[in-house]
Amino acid sequence: MLTIKDLQASVEDKEILKGLNLDIKPGEIHAIMGPNGAGKSTLGNVLAGREDYEVSGGSAELQGTDLLELDPEERARLGVFLAFQYPVEIPGVSNLEFLKASVDSVRAAQGKEPLDSVSFLKLAREKCKAVDLDQSFLKRGVNEGFSGGEKKRNEIMQMMLLEPKLCILDETDSGLDIDALQVVAKGVNSLRDPNRSFIVVTHYQRLLDYIVPDYVHVLANGKIVKTGGKELALELEEKGYSWLEDGADNGAQ
Amino acid sequence: MTDFHKGLLAVNPADSDLLAALNKSGRDSFLQQEIPTRKTEAWKYTSLNALTSHEEGYGRLATNFNANELATLSNIPALDAHRLVFVNGQYSSQLSSSELSSSESSANVVRFSQANSEQQKIIADNIGSAIEQDKHLFAALNNAITNDGVLVHIGKNEQLKQNIQITHISTAQKKAFTVPARILIVLETGANATVVEHFTSTGDQQNCFINAITEAKVGANARLNHYRLQLVEENSIQIGGVYVDLDRDANYDSFQLGLGAKIVRNDINVNHNVGGSHCELKGVYLPQNKQLIDFHSNMEHKVANCTTNEVFRGIMADKSKAVFNGRIHIHPDAQKTLAELSNKNLLLSNEATINTKPELEIYADDVRCAHGATIAQLDEEARFYLQSRGISAAEADVMLSFGFINELLENLELEAVRDLIRPILAKRFGRDEELMQHIG
Repeated sequence: MLTIKDLQASVEDKEILKGLNLDIKPGEIHAIMGPNGAGKSTLGNVLAGREDYEVSGGSAELQGTDLLELDPEERARLGVFLAFQYPVEIPGVSNLEFLKASVDSVRAAQGKEPLDSVSFLKLAREKCKAVDLDQSFLKRGVNEGFSGGEKKRNEIMQMMLLEPKLCILDETDSGLDIDALQVVAKGVNSLRDPNRSFIVVTHYQRLLDYIVPDYVHVLANGKIVKTGGKELALELEEKGYSWLEDGADNGAQ
Repeated sequence: MTDFHKGLLAVNPADSDLLAALNKSGRDSFLQQEIPTRKTEAWKYTSLNALTSHEEGYGRLATNFNANELATLSNIPALDAHRLVFVNGQYSSQLSSSELSSSESSANVVRFSQANSEQQKIIADNIGSAIEQDKHLFAALNNAITNDGVLVHIGKNEQLKQNIQITHISTAQKKAFTVPARILIVLETGANATVVEHFTSTGDQQNCFINAITEAKVGANARLNHYRLQLVEENSIQIGGVYVDLDRDANYDSFQLGLGAKIVRNDINVNHNVGGSHCELKGVYLPQNKQLIDFHSNMEHKVANCTTNEVFRGIMADKSKAVFNGRIHIHPDAQKTLAELSNKNLLLSNEATINTKPELEIYADDVRCAHGATIAQLDEEARFYLQSRGISAAEADVMLSFGFINELLENLELEAVRDLIRPILAKRFGRDEELMQHIG
């Protein structure tokens, strides 16, 4: 599904990713953990195409298509979805219109007709219910005045509507209480599919109790320094990251 | 008399005993005031050239018009309203509902020329009293040349359910002409009314100069909801304003929309005269092409314990230009004033211009005042968010521009006004049909 080779990226001339490799097969869930500043969020943003991130080397291909050459909207239409760590509030733009614009664009790219308003509203209401958001959220401005948890649930709802191929969850668990965490995890698990892959970026092992990964990677100093199964997350919870970071430095020498 | 003064006074007021005193004092005041130039502070960024350089001058025009053709234009769909419609300044009984006037009723909407003796007394007692004409050239002009107008008088404690709509339509004409439009709104103690002023025009060949002045006397505990929608076409000129006197605990709640034209200039003057009154003023301006629009607002806090909340937003496209001047004047006795002013602007092209100036003058020490003016491009973060969901950059820009204005529309009480404005806005931002699908 996604093949990343030797990816290097910087923000404002500061090198963040320093040769990252990752290979994700269809249907797999990969968790990425690591200390603050390791480049976890950068990875998601680079894959989604945020302009502030300068890619200086390497490649990222989604099913053989070079993502790095594409505009953010083209990546989204191909099936890349980033659930934001901090979803933006856009007052004045209704959540429903935004969702429809998004779904229409992605459908158009797949050669499908836009859904009529009635069918779309029905679909949006279903998904609202699935993430336990009141329908009144559809009428409000995009994320406007939503609590942290409501914003994250809105992200998951978008993911459910767009049915992407590659879902990147950027610290979706941060700021969530245990109930909201379960709602989010339920939404993600409902999307698990042999033809869909996930990158779950998180600080905490807790989320991985609910979204069980196939692989856990440790990202430190802009590289994957350790890969293991779900048990690695438990080990990290216990021992922290320092033992791995030291190893990364040694490896670089 | 200069050509400037002569040209604008070419419109003689009709003989009206009721308005004779107003006409005379207006004329005297007008003649004493100098022609604004670039050095006149209040006109620094707005040139009157297009008005003053017109060779033929602006006389009054007598036109025949086909009311049937104008029916759609004069109508605000879904607005339950008592409607008075004027075409090129002339009243059209066909396009209007009948006037609301009887000695038993405590709500009257009637032309000055049709006023009974009681109504005439209300007009005589109030007209011009909210306006400092010596400081407002075009209000003085209106005082000088107005020959008719509309009186909205709502009696004590009357809660008028039906809205009042006053529409001015200008039609395409070869010859330049002036329409002096005048509205006098008098709300007695505890009265409540909603007035929708609506300016619109046919075609794009406009030769009209609309000099529209609205005066409102809002009584103790009374509430006036006032919409002023300027939807005139490209070549029109509209200069005038709104002058409001607020009595004790009175409320003035207003929404102003200006699309821009050859010149659009509005002076909005609100006087907090007694205490406890509140002014809620929202406005939107959206010039495009080479249009100009200018809002000058002035909140006079003369007494203690009054509040003002003023929010204006503008989007300037193409080579258009907007001017916003928001003055809040807090007099020495106006302690415990709460006044806020916000003005946000978006420039859609690097050839568009905005001159914005918040102006606080505070002479009392126990007040809370905030003001802010910003000029910005669209928010990059928001654009990326939309793009990351598959929406093209172009459509994202349309949605965000629309949203910037729509934020102010969402809270309008009258849904019919929102429904009227949204498609107009959508057309302004999404000039391509493809991009308009998800707004409006």
